[in-house]
Amino acid sequence: MGVLNVNTALLRKILVGFVRDEVTKVGVTKGVLGLSGGIDSALVAFIAAEALGPENVYAYTMPYRTSNPESEAHAKLVADQLGINYQVIEITPMVDAYFNLFPDANNMRRGNKMARERMTILYDHSAEVRGLVLGTSNKTELLLGYGTLHGDMASALNPIGDIYKSQVWELSEAMGVPRAVIDKKPSADLWAGQTDEQELGFTYRDADELLYRMVDQRMSRDELIAEGFDPHFIDVVHTKVQGSHFKRRLPVIAKVSHRTIDRDFRYSRDWGK
Amino acid sequence: MDFLVALAQIKPKLGCLDDNLALVEAAVEKGIDQGAALIVFPELALTGYFLKDLVPDVALHVEDPRLTRLKELSRRISIAVGLVEVTSDYRFFNSALYLENGEIRHVHRKVYLPTYGLFDEQRYLARGEHFRAFDSRFGRIGILICEDMWHLSASYLLAMDGATTLLCLSSSPGRGINEGEGLGSANAWQKLTSTTAMFLNCRVLYCNRVGYEDGINFWGGSELIGPNGEVTARGAILEEDFVMGRVDEGALRRERIFSPMMRDENLHVTFRELKRIDRERGN
Repeated sequence: MGVLNVNTALLRKILVGFVRDEVTKVGVTKGVLGLSGGIDSALVAFIAAEALGPENVYAYTMPYRTSNPESEAHAKLVADQLGINYQVIEITPMVDAYFNLFPDANNMRRGNKMARERMTILYDHSAEVRGLVLGTSNKTELLLGYGTLHGDMASALNPIGDIYKSQVWELSEAMGVPRAVIDKKPSADLWAGQTDEQELGFTYRDADELLYRMVDQRMSRDELIAEGFDPHFIDVVHTKVQGSHFKRRLPVIAKVSHRTIDRDFRYSRDWGK
Repeated sequence: MDFLVALAQIKPKLGCLDDNLALVEAAVEKGIDQGAALIVFPELALTGYFLKDLVPDVALHVEDPRLTRLKELSRRISIAVGLVEVTSDYRFFNSALYLENGEIRHVHRKVYLPTYGLFDEQRYLARGEHFRAFDSRFGRIGILICEDMWHLSASYLLAMDGATTLLCLSSSPGRGINEGEGLGSANAWQKLTSTTAMFLNCRVLYCNRVGYEDGINFWGGSELIGPNGEVTARGAILEEDFVMGRVDEGALRRERIFSPMMRDENLHVTFRELKRIDRERGN
């Protein structure tokens, strides 16, 4: 597993510095995040509390009636340990009101709606407390497209979007995320018994080993096979990365002028910061 | 001569020329207060790095009155600082100014503008065409801007042109996290600066910025390397710093006696072989 291991002290310094610098340079002091009870948002809460001070971090758990009660208990455990601001906001009434109009909607539509419901709540609270929404999607999820566009993928800043799930585990250990949160099986918690790895059809560890070589090291398919990866697994993962690329880009704009946003009107987001 | 050098490991604001001028001038005054004879700033210290379409908005002509204060300050301390330079024919260069005794003594325009990975400099900037050493009150100096130093020929030319001190102004993004002690990019730079100093028997004064731009960190770690390749002072990693170090004339003299590679370097052989290679490439 050597290639994915990281110097956690250095990684922590970079990510904490990132949150502190990128939040404060826009003239605010606070960060807002959804705390699901899972490891990704727990790690972001730890990073944010260290960067901004626990009093400046606002975490929200937003359960639906089918959510596992253990998730909320784990979220509270993290919030209590850090001493950050914490609130539970039930999304059942809003989501059910909508799907009463569309009772035949499948699990995917329901899951996406829940993720987007939570997004609107986070952005509303970011306006209330004057803070930035912190993203909690890791690099593995982002590359596989295992997230909801404009839902859990929406944020102002994402401290963990360039680290793989295996590195999330490693850094979480180093930063003292509660053991129960680290050890449990990753789950989107959209319905009872759901786990990410079951739904994806492979483990995060295996995906990370492959993605690191495919994306970071730019190994060819032949080189990946020579490394011992199953050709079918390579193709499945490659298809997911390519097929979800639209989720990682801004909407495509039809060009008619000389200066089109992001095409030939190019500025860093930190313009003037 | 022996002298004190300051490496101003600052965090410029992206596209904020006035704020950065104030930041640089304050650091210059601090250098004067602490007795430094020379202060070195990072690449694009007056503007920030990922400028993209901001390049024309933050560019300064070398005659711009906004540089007057720095020129005045250079009567008390020599200054090397990075900025976007605009010429009268509206080309924009990633340049470093060397100011001394109230005037701009030398301008180096970055030759190697990286356009790979996260870099896109040549889309926005014009390419410099010279590596020229120049005389200063500290002896002969050569200036490199970041990527320039990754081309062996650049440091070599400056050393053959008589430079005994190489200044490298840098905005190096930190990347390549692994199990090791430092970032991949920092490790690579530290090998490069030390090896360059050792090969060319030159001192290297390396100044790198810190801060974040759109999530990209700059790792700092500014350093002073003696002509034997040994680091004699190094700044903090990823944090603002003001590194003071003593440059020792005796160390240069002793190294040039001990390892007289530059004395023995045969410019004629190099020149003849380069001409042959050029001819064989069809030029």
